[in-house]
Amino acid sequence: MSSARTSLGRTVAAHAVLIAYTVIALFPVFVILINSLKTRKAIFGDPLALPLGKSFDLVGYQTVMKQGDFVLYFQNSMTVTVASLFFVLLFGAMAAFALSEYRFRGNTLMGLYLALGIMIPIRLGTVAILEMMVASGLVNTLTALILVYTAQGLPLSVFILSEFMKSVSNDLKNAGRIDGLSEYAIFFRLVLPLVRPAMATVAVFTMIPIWNDLWFPLILASAEQTKTVTLGAQVFIGQFQNDWNALLAALSLAIVPVLVLYLIFSRQLIRGITVGAVK
Amino acid sequence: MASGRPVRWHIAVFLAPAVAVYTALMIIPLFGTLAQSLFNVDGTGQRVFVGLQNFARLFGEALWSRQFWNALGNNAWFFVIHMLVQNPVGVALAALLSSPKLRMAAFYRTAIFIPTILSFVIVGFVWKLILNPNWGIAKGLMGLVGLDGFFVPWLGKEDYALTTLALVSVWQFVGIPMMLIYAALLSIPDEVLEAAEMDGISGWSQFWKIKLPLILPSIGIISILTFVGNFNAFDLIYVTQGALAGPDFSTDILGTFLYRTFFGFQLQLGDPYMGSAIAGAMFGIILIGVSAYLFGIQTRLRRYQF
Repeated sequence: MSSARTSLGRTVAAHAVLIAYTVIALFPVFVILINSLKTRKAIFGDPLALPLGKSFDLVGYQTVMKQGDFVLYFQNSMTVTVASLFFVLLFGAMAAFALSEYRFRGNTLMGLYLALGIMIPIRLGTVAILEMMVASGLVNTLTALILVYTAQGLPLSVFILSEFMKSVSNDLKNAGRIDGLSEYAIFFRLVLPLVRPAMATVAVFTMIPIWNDLWFPLILASAEQTKTVTLGAQVFIGQFQNDWNALLAALSLAIVPVLVLYLIFSRQLIRGITVGAVK
Repeated sequence: MASGRPVRWHIAVFLAPAVAVYTALMIIPLFGTLAQSLFNVDGTGQRVFVGLQNFARLFGEALWSRQFWNALGNNAWFFVIHMLVQNPVGVALAALLSSPKLRMAAFYRTAIFIPTILSFVIVGFVWKLILNPNWGIAKGLMGLVGLDGFFVPWLGKEDYALTTLALVSVWQFVGIPMMLIYAALLSIPDEVLEAAEMDGISGWSQFWKIKLPLILPSIGIISILTFVGNFNAFDLIYVTQGALAGPDFSTDILGTFLYRTFFGFQLQLGDPYMGSAIAGAMFGIILIGVSAYLFGIQTRLRRYQF
């Protein structure tokens, strides 16, 4: 009886702490979203009230849409994120397969070489990257960003995916070989579909820093045509310092896409981490 | 290889794209930057080899060293706050989440991770708004519990700004240690925990005596990731306080110092050579930290095989 009561007490306490922290985590997002839907007067009058009745107003979103550039920024961010993600997953999985499947001279050394990038941030090479992009005429192109983000994402991708690929059954691959599948077919048709949860984990961890990065867009691609949402929002904050409706609407628009992508992947995420490298 | 076995071209094909992109955009620029830190321009604008002179200026010449040591000290404090707040809070949340039969665990996990996916621009701006004395959200909330007398415009005060920003960064990133520790806790086999229960070890003492030792390797990994992330931070400070890292450089860290030096600001011209030297110093600091972890800590951690 008494042990049942303590365990009930413990459950209630656990929920209380978790709910309290959830509120702390979500409160700022909530503040932005509700105020983006309010009139200017309501934003300043009572920042924590819900946008109901008279205080409801879409003027912020209308201003942002009239600006027009945000659609372009979204396209840029999407292009850069999706293309980098594609290359990080494809090239990363290929290299991970080579490292985990075959024994060859220099295998361990190659693994260490590729893992180095997990510890050393790519930003420290910015000075030379900028010079390289200037020399090759890639400054202010999305290609420059895609190349940099691909390089940035590869080390973690190779590391996590090769841990996973070690767990793919050898019998399956050998059965494929006996059936006359080429090594490429074994990789693309047998192994890749089996490591999908791991790919989702890598996708989330790769996607977030790319979508949110301010450093490389600021330095490599700050032209109007190549601005990403993050840089666009930063510039927008500078220009529209006093138009809070527009600002809050712009920030809400920048939050929503990455939130949706995260919610789609999050189911796979914890499964991916649990089986993965951090055991 | 030469003993009659055919060359396995597919290995090279599998490795080539990753190695090529990684080498061209990560390794070569990194060493290019390190090499550039050994050069400077002479009186006539010619690029000349100066050896370690840039570093001597950075560490010793008052104009540079004052800024450098200030940024390094601030950066160390930034890291200390993360280690003292972010990681313990992350571990505690993960421990609560992993308690058996907890309902809505997936909801909490998803919700608490949301700040981590937000961009620095959003995080910096929203906290600036919340802490803004004119808009008054923070002051109003503190008023609800009668603490509004303690409200200070934290981001504007030299004494508080850096700590406040470090806590904002903790708020943003606590989801990462939480997720990784949660995964580590889930991977502890049930037999181990059942054996502990049989011996009468449950609840908190089970966490301290059984689970914590088992997740120490994960805590080690998180600490080193925090270290690398913190000594490479830039965005949050830049979006809230600008490249000058005000008030009066009190929030200047190595990332903002590097940006300001390399690209210049207002009246000061950019200096790629001193910028490279700062990047080189950051490289050295991160290398020392990572090696200390790899050789000093990781080799001493006991690993358990199940």
